[in-house]
Amino acid sequence: MAEPVHASPAHEEHHHEQSFWRKYIFSTDHKVIGVQYAVTGLAFLLFGFGLMMVMRWQLAYPDTPIPWLGSLLGENRVGANGSMLPDFYNELGAMHGTIMVFLGVVPLAVGGFGNFVMPLQLGAPDMAFPRINMISYWCLFMGGVTMFGSFFLPNGAAGNGWTSYSPLADTALNGQTAWLIGMIFLITSSLLGAINFITTAIQLRAPGMTWMRLPFFCWAQIVTAFLLLLAFPPLEAAGVLQLMDRVASTSFFIPEGLVIGGEVAEFSGGGSPLLWQHLFWFLAHPEVYVLILPAMGIVAEVIANNSRKPLWGYRSMVYSLIFLGFMSFIVWAHHMFITGMGSVMSTFFQTTTMIISIPSVIILSALFISLWGGSIRFNTAMLFALGFLPMFGIGGLTGLPLGLSAADIPLHDTYYVIGHFHYVVAPGTLFALFAGVYYWFPKVTGRKMNEFLGKLHFWPSLVFMNGVFFPMMIQGLNGVSRRLADGGITYDFAGEVAGLNRMMSVSAWCLAVAQIPFIINFFMSIRNGKKAGRNPWNSTTVEWLAPSPAPHGNFDQPIEVVRGPYEYSVPGSDKDYVPQAEPAST
Amino acid sequence: MMDAMFPVAASEHAGEIDNMIDAVHYLMLALFIVWGVFFVYTLMRFRAGRNPKADYVGVKSKASTVGEVLVAIAEGILLLGFSIPMWAERVDEVPDESEATVVRVVAQQFAWNVWYPGADGEFGAADVNLVDEATNPIGLDRDDPAGADDIWTVNQLHLPVRKAAIIHLSSKDVIHSFNLPNMRIKQDAIPGLSIPVWFVPTMTTAQIREETGNPDYVYEIACAQLCGNSHYSMRGFLTVHTEEEFQAWLDEEASYLGDSDDDFFDF
Repeated sequence: MAEPVHASPAHEEHHHEQSFWRKYIFSTDHKVIGVQYAVTGLAFLLFGFGLMMVMRWQLAYPDTPIPWLGSLLGENRVGANGSMLPDFYNELGAMHGTIMVFLGVVPLAVGGFGNFVMPLQLGAPDMAFPRINMISYWCLFMGGVTMFGSFFLPNGAAGNGWTSYSPLADTALNGQTAWLIGMIFLITSSLLGAINFITTAIQLRAPGMTWMRLPFFCWAQIVTAFLLLLAFPPLEAAGVLQLMDRVASTSFFIPEGLVIGGEVAEFSGGGSPLLWQHLFWFLAHPEVYVLILPAMGIVAEVIANNSRKPLWGYRSMVYSLIFLGFMSFIVWAHHMFITGMGSVMSTFFQTTTMIISIPSVIILSALFISLWGGSIRFNTAMLFALGFLPMFGIGGLTGLPLGLSAADIPLHDTYYVIGHFHYVVAPGTLFALFAGVYYWFPKVTGRKMNEFLGKLHFWPSLVFMNGVFFPMMIQGLNGVSRRLADGGITYDFAGEVAGLNRMMSVSAWCLAVAQIPFIINFFMSIRNGKKAGRNPWNSTTVEWLAPSPAPHGNFDQPIEVVRGPYEYSVPGSDKDYVPQAEPAST
Repeated sequence: MMDAMFPVAASEHAGEIDNMIDAVHYLMLALFIVWGVFFVYTLMRFRAGRNPKADYVGVKSKASTVGEVLVAIAEGILLLGFSIPMWAERVDEVPDESEATVVRVVAQQFAWNVWYPGADGEFGAADVNLVDEATNPIGLDRDDPAGADDIWTVNQLHLPVRKAAIIHLSSKDVIHSFNLPNMRIKQDAIPGLSIPVWFVPTMTTAQIREETGNPDYVYEIACAQLCGNSHYSMRGFLTVHTEEEFQAWLDEEASYLGDSDDDFFDF
């Protein structure tokens, strides 16, 4: 057959000159949409980080006037002396979590990297459903506007934790309704994206791109898409039910006989607060893997490329990934050990939790072992990828005592938990995402980012990340609860370690300063970075065969994949990499 | 290893939980050190400057599989040997109420209502329509014969030492979490449910003051689940007495009953 193997509308439109709006705003090109997602994600990460920096003021200096911002925040948020009111602290906490997870990491890791990189790595001209892809981004955008706008409601944004437990969230006077509407947009966005990712991976792989030739990053995105597709609908349903509780006085999550503020609450009752938790965590545990799997995918790509050798144990990594995805659906109630769980339930969930740690250990071990025998280049992308390994290691290991129900009793809902999952997603996932930004930036813009500024970004970030999160473990072991608007100083038992808060807050602010080189580097390099050719990193995977930046339709040559994704340093080859789609020499 | 960080342990089961957390951290530390040493050595040994040509195959040994199996075995031991039986003891082996101090704790925004059954050992009926935040926060029905001698306090839990305490937890409004750091007890209080939690205090308040050398040491009750704007200050106190002191405290509380709770605030 002489005609192109993957004929698609994208190819036919190839030569049309598009209007500005169709090209950059309501684009159906996966690369433009990927960039839209990534920029939105990065902006919200910065915003969510900003919320946390304000919280850290209150933790370091409880009831002290907030500098600069105090007068801008309004009397609902700061007291007479300009210090933070508890409701404002709760608002910041809930929105920090929501924004970082649903508007920061997921849009960047899945929407951004997944959209931009996966079709290129598959050798596809675009996503399978370009218009659904566009709608998916704009749903996210609407969700972002709703969440951001909720700060301007008379009672502020939601303040019931990112977990929004009922009945508190059902009855709170703050912006919980807006939160729920925002979540419905965000979930819809993820569902549309997930269908698209799965279809694209199944249907649009270039000829010869068999499953076991798929780059690990693509596998990570596929498993992630299945998690989003299967885990998010229950939360969407739960969100609608909670919305009904709030606006239509139903009682899905409200039991009989509530007395709130001395008044018998006007609910018919008969619902269950625990039902919300089950529905929430049925999503939110797989969501943890939505945050981490794309990160592992990025790290695997960067490590293979910069150690100049194949990933060690690629197959077992892929099987572990699939197993991890499956298991992530049956561990959710380990978030609920202290809700009054009997021994049968707790035995089941702590056993599955211990089982799920094994594939994580296998993947992490394989990444460590992949380095052995390599010829390691320490560019910025590699530094972030390497930083990911021990940081994610700490995050994973500190999950063990929390996953064993008996050890969880004193640690549950303490700063130990906060430290644990921040190690997973902050110096873990975020480092991987930074690695991805430095690594794929040339493909997006045609230019490399500056290495010196990159290193100036990495090293202080590594130090200050640990400065923020490691003391949380110590506070947690001392029993300090999370979500305390004064950082725990009300309690004697927390007093000894409350002093750490100041050092942690200073670390957080220094961490912010450490992001300035990144922001400068990012914008400067778009125009002034060193020009990169198609394959600046001498990489093997298919995205590097496209021009940088890649045009609409992606490739200017037919792609036929003939080998695995990581053929680095092949014995007998004259160069130290053999691209996946380079014809075998005779 | 970690004991120095934990709040002083003061219940019968606290030691085994602490030991378990210790054991898990040893496992974590061992894994981190093994990974860390391998990692740092590899980065130095195989940096491009020292090793310009990478090896296509890399590691051939199956040592990592052995490592993974060892991790799985260690986790299995923690699970089967420690966590599962300890959890069963907490939730399945609640002592007989006749041999325990039985208390109800009704959480609300932002206080702990502590409710004793009184001399008859039986809790009276309660009705949400009787709730009056100042005079009757638990909605106790004094007309119910069983309720006539019931005692309630706010934020003050008193228990005798070395006797099992069974606390039936519930909540009037939102979810709270009853956290006794010294006792290694934490249990959500969930509206619509009554959940028992039990422990045996091993040190009176006087003893722990002596042990810590702090004459103001108090056992604190903390709320561990976000419950609204004053969640951070939802602090209660546990006083552990000798059996005689506890009886004396109960008698004293009972002696106020004649005055009726309502009068207390009317002067």
